Amino acid sequence: MWYYEKKLQYPVRVSTCNPMLAKYLIEQYGGADGELAAALRYMNQRYTIPDKVVGLLTDIATEEFSHLEMIATMIYKLTKDATPQQIKEAGLGDHYVNHDKALFYQNAAGVPFTASYIQAKGDPIADLYEDIAAEEKARATYQWIIDLSDDPDLNDSLKFLREREIVHSQRFREAVEILKDDKDKKKIF
Amino acid sequence: MFTQYKYWRPYISPYDPCKPIEVKSYATPPQLYLGFQPYGLPQFSSPKEALKFGTLWPQLFSPYPDPHKGVDKRD
Repeated sequence: MWYYEKKLQYPVRVSTCNPMLAKYLIEQYGGADGELAAALRYMNQRYTIPDKVVGLLTDIATEEFSHLEMIATMIYKLTKDATPQQIKEAGLGDHYVNHDKALFYQNAAGVPFTASYIQAKGDPIADLYEDIAAEEKARATYQWIIDLSDDPDLNDSLKFLREREIVHSQRFREAVEILKDDKDKKKIF
Repeated sequence: MFTQYKYWRPYISPYDPCKPIEVKSYATPPQLYLGFQPYGLPQFSSPKEALKFGTLWPQLFSPYPDPHKGVDKRD
């Protein structure tokens, strides 16, 4: 069960009307290494992973949803007042004919979201290693979006999201250490 | 002490069509080196500052873009 707090995890400001950035940001919305894929992956893995790391998966999955909400806000702000002409010039004409200005779970190239982005092997080490890889891939995706964006306010939020990927990766790495640990062994330091 | 970015010099052919990027880089952020986070790691001085950086611990912060970008890294 969840409680909803009606505010974003980190503020989202957009300084320029640039629908092209919305096209790139969609990658983090419905792409293979996006926030939706991350949230659903961790949420799903919770059931078949040792108790010790279930809480971590719940926490991170929940945070991923709050990131999804931030990305959605960015995309919405970048497109809500754009004219059809501006939408077209931004390369979003294909999106517009199908969805108007509605958001859609797809990647930057317009490929719809699919469950095959999410693996669930059932082996705790295999699953956690996938999670670490997913965090590093999402971090890299944020880097490439920041490289393409010239909006300082937007980049501020994107840098926050990139840093969160780093912290999540760190926590998943610690989860692997917890599962590797020989429980009953006496430790002598 | 680790570094947040690594640099390398790719081979440049005399027939490359674009102006070559002589030094390439990639990020190697702190989580690659920290291992299990130790207790009592120093934190940012205020919640507001921590929010700005996206983490409670300066040691886990990774700057992007590379703050030394554009600085000449040729030996």
